[in-house]
Amino acid sequence: MTTKRISPELFEKLVGLAALELTAEESAYLFEEMNHQLASVEALSQIPLPGDIQPSLHGLEPQGAPPRPDDWQPFAAPEKIIALAPETEDGMIAVPDVKGAK
Amino acid sequence: MSLTQLSAFEVARKVRSGELKASDVAQAALAQISAIDGVPGSLEPVSLSPDEESKVHAFIQVTQDLALAQAEKVDQKIANGEEPGLLAGVPLSVKDIFCVEGTRTTAASKIIANFMSPYTATSVKRLTDAGALILGKVNLDEFTFGSSNESSAFQPSTNNPWQTEYVPGGSSGGSAASVASEEVALSLGTDTGGSIRQPAAFCGVVGLKPSYGRVSRLGLIAFASSLDCPGPLSRNVRDTALMLQVMAGVDPQDSTSSTLPVGNYLDALEQDLKGLRIGLSPDYEAIYYPDLESGELHTEPVQKEVHDAVLRAAEILAKAGAEIIENVPMPNTRYGIPTYFVISRVEAASNLHRFDGVKYGYRTPENVNNLNELYRRSRAEGFGLEPKLRILMGMYVSAAEHASDYYQKALKVRTMIRSDFEQVFDPGGAYRLDALLTPTTATTAFKRKAVYGNSVLMQYSDQMTVASNHAGVPALTLPGGLDENGLPIGIQLIGNDFREDMILRIGHGFEQLTADETWRKARPQVLQGEVKA
Repeated sequence: MTTKRISPELFEKLVGLAALELTAEESAYLFEEMNHQLASVEALSQIPLPGDIQPSLHGLEPQGAPPRPDDWQPFAAPEKIIALAPETEDGMIAVPDVKGAK
Repeated sequence: MSLTQLSAFEVARKVRSGELKASDVAQAALAQISAIDGVPGSLEPVSLSPDEESKVHAFIQVTQDLALAQAEKVDQKIANGEEPGLLAGVPLSVKDIFCVEGTRTTAASKIIANFMSPYTATSVKRLTDAGALILGKVNLDEFTFGSSNESSAFQPSTNNPWQTEYVPGGSSGGSAASVASEEVALSLGTDTGGSIRQPAAFCGVVGLKPSYGRVSRLGLIAFASSLDCPGPLSRNVRDTALMLQVMAGVDPQDSTSSTLPVGNYLDALEQDLKGLRIGLSPDYEAIYYPDLESGELHTEPVQKEVHDAVLRAAEILAKAGAEIIENVPMPNTRYGIPTYFVISRVEAASNLHRFDGVKYGYRTPENVNNLNELYRRSRAEGFGLEPKLRILMGMYVSAAEHASDYYQKALKVRTMIRSDFEQVFDPGGAYRLDALLTPTTATTAFKRKAVYGNSVLMQYSDQMTVASNHAGVPALTLPGGLDENGLPIGIQLIGNDFREDMILRIGHGFEQLTADETWRKARPQVLQGEVKA
């Protein structure tokens, strides 16, 4: 059995979609490790599944309380949240221009 | 016996009765940390002296002022005749993945190294409301992604207190090491694929992954939301039961927390083992892993001493009246890791999208032209290799063109893994088990740098633990002996849904039955030669 491999082109596409940038060294390592992990994941394709089997999003289905009412509850100290932002202006979180050049 | 050697149960008993002051307990714990922990984990490059190389390095942050203030509060309550709580004066460490208001919560990652928790996790709050003292935040694999602690961005990463050239396991390695080295009596960890049990086994302590939903996840920085379970680590089963008693129960702020009543875990310990049905499964005697190039499956038997420890435990439990059921089939256990590679990565990639350099955490100091560049630079500079790998793998296996082959298939295999447990615990079925007895890990601890970098081999160190996470059932690890090198062996008891009481009862029984055995007198290397006050 030979394993499926992710192509370098697809790998680069994934890096972009993941909003990452990689050094050459990182790329080489992560590309190899992804393909190694795929060798493990491919074992799933060999498992015969009963036709009527249902997927499980949880092993033990949550038996929790129903969702609380969707009421607005202000956080007691919003200034603590704002203070965590890397850059703020007038109590707002600031970011660079969304579209392009400054 | 020094204060740091006391169990949580004994500390709380003595503090509550006025025999001990919580402030003295806190001072003793701080002195122990100061003596054996060494420099805390840091983002700055470190060059360690040989003496520092052999320290524990469990802590990222020691919260001395917080611990002393909490101790004073406990002492004041007792002086006023008020109820101080079940954990009055008990030293606790918290895996640095839980929010504790007023402390940094780093997830052992550069990307949120400066994050100050604006609120406290429910599990932590319940522990401190019961009188526990937070001594500090302890190290872990970055975002909990690992099984050795070595992937932490905060170096030095934690060492195994039994032999410091070995890893403590992970990702709750700092938790397990801080308990084993008697810096604290209790630690709060998390278990997504084995992250409480594997390090607890490697460090010779007790660790419990509760049933999914038994302990609130509010305030825990998520890895894989359908698998994550907060849970206790301690030096004996009674302390784990005590800690669970305090933490367990529904939380209106976590819709996955269970509304089922919480059992009385301490009372359960008093019951004997007569007539309990404990299973042994051949499917927990080996690990199955692929050749990285050909994909062919190899079989590697569990380390003989570990296997022997499980069989010996079965004999001891049988002598106490338990019935041992052999050849229990768990045929889908072997698919636990491939399934985990898919489900956990998809959930991790989703959870890690929020770290983008905008709302909190690290932002690149470079000048950027637009928001997308800000995202990419901040994430590239802030995340370590393991988070990047998990994000990429999660995106690949959940992409629309691959989802039916991988993600959807993995969710169906998860159903099969769950059905193994349902069948063997079914009270009307062929096996009618009260617990399954297995190794916790296939080997004892490995040396630093021996596995790190090989992400597949590292993941397979969780093969004995991960099926319980897929199924949501509770599982307890406890010490079962030492190998020929003097490293701890962990044995695991897996129970039916919400039957933590049962596996704690069996584990406590085993502890009592082996209390006088020679191996229990062995001490971790970092504690040998200590002069105890």
